[in-house]
Amino acid sequence: MNFERPDLLPVLPEIYMLCMACVVLLVDVYSKSESRTLTYLLTQATLFGALILTVSLHTSTVEYTFGKTFVKDPMSDVLKAFIYFITFVVFLYSRRYLHERGLLRGEYFVLGLFAVLGMMVMVSAQSLLLVYLGLELLALSLYAMVAFNRDSKESSEAAMKYFVLGALASGMLLYGMSLFYGAVGTLNMAEIYDHIKLGVDKPMVLRMGLVFIVIGIAFKLGAVPFHMWLPDVYHGSPTSVTLFIGTVPKIAAFGMMMRLLADGFQGMHVEWQSMLIALAMLSIAVGNVIAIAQTNIKRMLAYSTISHMGFLLLGILNGTADGYSSAMFYTIVYAIMGLGGFGMVILLSRAGFEADTLDDFKGLNERSPWFAAMMLLVMFSMAGVPPTVGFFAKLSVLQATVSAGFLWLAVFAVIFSVIGAFYYLRIVKLMYFDRPVDHAPIVAGPDMRLALSANGLAVLLLGIFPGTLMTVCQATLLH
Amino acid sequence: MSQSHLLSLVIWLPVFGGIAVLLAASRGDRVVRWLSLAVSVLVFLVSIPLYTGFDTTTSAMQFGELNEWITRFNVYYRLGVDGISMPLILLTTFTTVLVVIAGWEVIQFKVAQYMAAFLIMEGMMNGVFASLDAVLFYVFWEGMLIPMFLIIGIWGGVNRVYAAIKFFLYTFLGSVLLLVGLIYLYLKSNSFNILDFHALPLGMTAQVLLFLGFLLAFAVKVPMWPVHTWLPDAHVEAPTGGSVILAAIMLKMGAYGFARFILPITPDASHQLDWLIIVLSLIAVVYIALVALVQQDMKKLIAYSSISHMGFVTLGFFVVFNIYQNTHSIKGAAMGMEGALVQMISHGFVSGALFLCVGVLYDRMHSRQIDDYGGVINTMPWFGGLMVFFAMANVGLPGTSGFVGEFMVILATMKAGFWLAFLAGTTLILGAAYTLWMVKRVVFGEVANKHVAELTDLNRREWWVLGTLAICVLALGVYPAPLVDVMHASVDNLVQHVMQSKLE
Repeated sequence: MNFERPDLLPVLPEIYMLCMACVVLLVDVYSKSESRTLTYLLTQATLFGALILTVSLHTSTVEYTFGKTFVKDPMSDVLKAFIYFITFVVFLYSRRYLHERGLLRGEYFVLGLFAVLGMMVMVSAQSLLLVYLGLELLALSLYAMVAFNRDSKESSEAAMKYFVLGALASGMLLYGMSLFYGAVGTLNMAEIYDHIKLGVDKPMVLRMGLVFIVIGIAFKLGAVPFHMWLPDVYHGSPTSVTLFIGTVPKIAAFGMMMRLLADGFQGMHVEWQSMLIALAMLSIAVGNVIAIAQTNIKRMLAYSTISHMGFLLLGILNGTADGYSSAMFYTIVYAIMGLGGFGMVILLSRAGFEADTLDDFKGLNERSPWFAAMMLLVMFSMAGVPPTVGFFAKLSVLQATVSAGFLWLAVFAVIFSVIGAFYYLRIVKLMYFDRPVDHAPIVAGPDMRLALSANGLAVLLLGIFPGTLMTVCQATLLH
Repeated sequence: MSQSHLLSLVIWLPVFGGIAVLLAASRGDRVVRWLSLAVSVLVFLVSIPLYTGFDTTTSAMQFGELNEWITRFNVYYRLGVDGISMPLILLTTFTTVLVVIAGWEVIQFKVAQYMAAFLIMEGMMNGVFASLDAVLFYVFWEGMLIPMFLIIGIWGGVNRVYAAIKFFLYTFLGSVLLLVGLIYLYLKSNSFNILDFHALPLGMTAQVLLFLGFLLAFAVKVPMWPVHTWLPDAHVEAPTGGSVILAAIMLKMGAYGFARFILPITPDASHQLDWLIIVLSLIAVVYIALVALVQQDMKKLIAYSSISHMGFVTLGFFVVFNIYQNTHSIKGAAMGMEGALVQMISHGFVSGALFLCVGVLYDRMHSRQIDDYGGVINTMPWFGGLMVFFAMANVGLPGTSGFVGEFMVILATMKAGFWLAFLAGTTLILGAAYTLWMVKRVVFGEVANKHVAELTDLNRREWWVLGTLAICVLALGVYPAPLVDVMHASVDNLVQHVMQSKLE
């Protein structure tokens, strides 16, 4: 039997991440500091190093390795770069929060790095098995992070729900993949794509498999009607974990969808398009309407996430390069906005006090005008009001939708955006029009203040100059 | 070819000035106020060359600027003004100076944020009028809602939260349909240049759908009956400065949308559906005037009066088809449109002045209810005189600017149909009814109660503001040529363009 050594250069970032995660784990065991400074700095250095590695290895050619199951192309590079960057900021925001609650353990960062590794693998997968591998690595790390606070009943409940439902969804995904394998005889995306193009003698089996795979994807995204876990998990987790699961895995989920639907199953576009239309419409409607009733801001942002995922699906369902690049832009922009939104909740939290009800935002303009302005930018960006970047994200997706011929779908989406604008306005109203109930000063280190300010300003500046990021997204998807 | 940067200055100077004001907040309210005044006066002075350097012989866009912005979607930073948008920019810069002065003593809470909000909004409003790229236009159009929302909600009256959210969501809903329409036009023409949209041939169904989509956006802004209900609430609850900007400028944006988007892009649909706009305009003129008659709150009364006057504007825009059919010359149609545009400017002055008058009274008595007043002229003779003058301008007395626009529109409408002109002319009677009755109950008669007896007359700051407006109203009423001459070429071009069918 022939065993040829696979080309390791394209997977160098993944190897690096795996090794560094183990190094961080070992270093943490021997580090004595209460505030885990060394572990934290090493983790951030890892992410920064991975960014440098990915950028320096970046070429515009597509490289395959490990028997064509792993791909390194411009899309995977860009998505990975954003995964590292946003995880970096997530850890930056989380440190003080975790420390105040006694959750600052090295294992947290190790789990985070393994989650990043899982995401990297998902985004680069060219085999159904590799998608599942990356997905499970990500999911298991996230289950553990959600359950990190063992003394909290809400966290444990959230973790249980996430785990059970996540396992169910992964099972469905795997079942769908097995149906494909049974019908086509291979797990490799490129070969599946060819087989579908040539025509298969068991089309019903393929359709069944596709349905189960889409269900698995929909669960991971949080699309209606597979969204039930999202509000509970977002609400129950410690806010720093909510910050993590609300932003970075969405980028990976987008990558997974692109690999599965665009690379592998593009031939079955008509079938998955109608499924995604239903998912998108329901998500946009349900997410926007139910968010209005929430009094807990983490739940409100969870439902807002559901509606944003609806928009993301809207971009992908078009099946055109325009649609895919607009969805990519939307995902990246959404991750930045989510960072800002959940980051603000962390900013306002203190030892023994969770700032997760709407009332905690009352009168923020009087307590801290600058951060109230940052939250205002994030909220209006999520609502899709210019001149913030959220508007351009929606514009790109709508443009792709209308050009694919779905005019009525675009009208549907914008009308529900207006309905949804209400709960974002409500936050601005609480911050600016009401008197504060909680007069405590904001305790946050200079690093977090600086990062959150840069985050808020990025939302505005990317809104005034969105061209570069848009062109990047368009260029990476030209293959 | 060197580009003029005048329009960019007019847009970005107030925006950065507003940011500077925010940064100067720590230096105290006095510095903030004087800095805001300096910025607003500077912007007004910068905008004057737009008038003096304007070429009245051409309808082409002037002071043009073109820069790449978002290459992905062919979006450019494209600016330019013609005879329709240039007066509106001057109105904006002028009104902002008055609003800054008007808020001098009344606003004590977060003064820097108040002034900055108005300055940033001024920049965005200028951007709306100057944009020739659809995405740029939309960014300014929507972005303007944010400072207005904050102004109503932070410094407004008792029910301000309801009014602010209603204002935002109403306007937002209309605007998103505008967005979908603009996206459709982009896909057909592969450009976001508004002038390209003007030239783009479109099938009838597409035109009708675009017409209705755009109509919703602009009808909410104008506002037209029946999507007008946000305006009385917003006006009543907003602080005086907010009401002035809302009435003087924001309403004109809706009308500007008719002139810049609906008429030139969908002329055939406009022709087919002109009866709809005419009916809605006449309802605004007649029915809303009757509603104004029964109001108890002065600001609400002037708000309804605004809606009624704006009905004239939309009427003037849409009778052009009937006039052209009847007379086969564009002169009558052009006069109707020019009347509408003059009415826009005049109404900007007059309703702004009326809101400022109510503000003067409110600052003293903290009430807007007509019943609380009576015989104000006894204790505030100068104020009474000015208020009566502005009321007369609102009615449309010859010699004031209110007459010019109304006269031109009614005269033009005569050629469209006698009964149309008759209904439109009832505004002269109804307008007199509600305005003069209010003035009679508030200003004239015996001193009503001891609060009125203690009123002091206008102070120097209020004199400056109201006096300047009075001069403008009088000047425009007696000699409107400087304004009308500027518009001729652009209006003629627009009417010519609208009369030609654009069907594919």
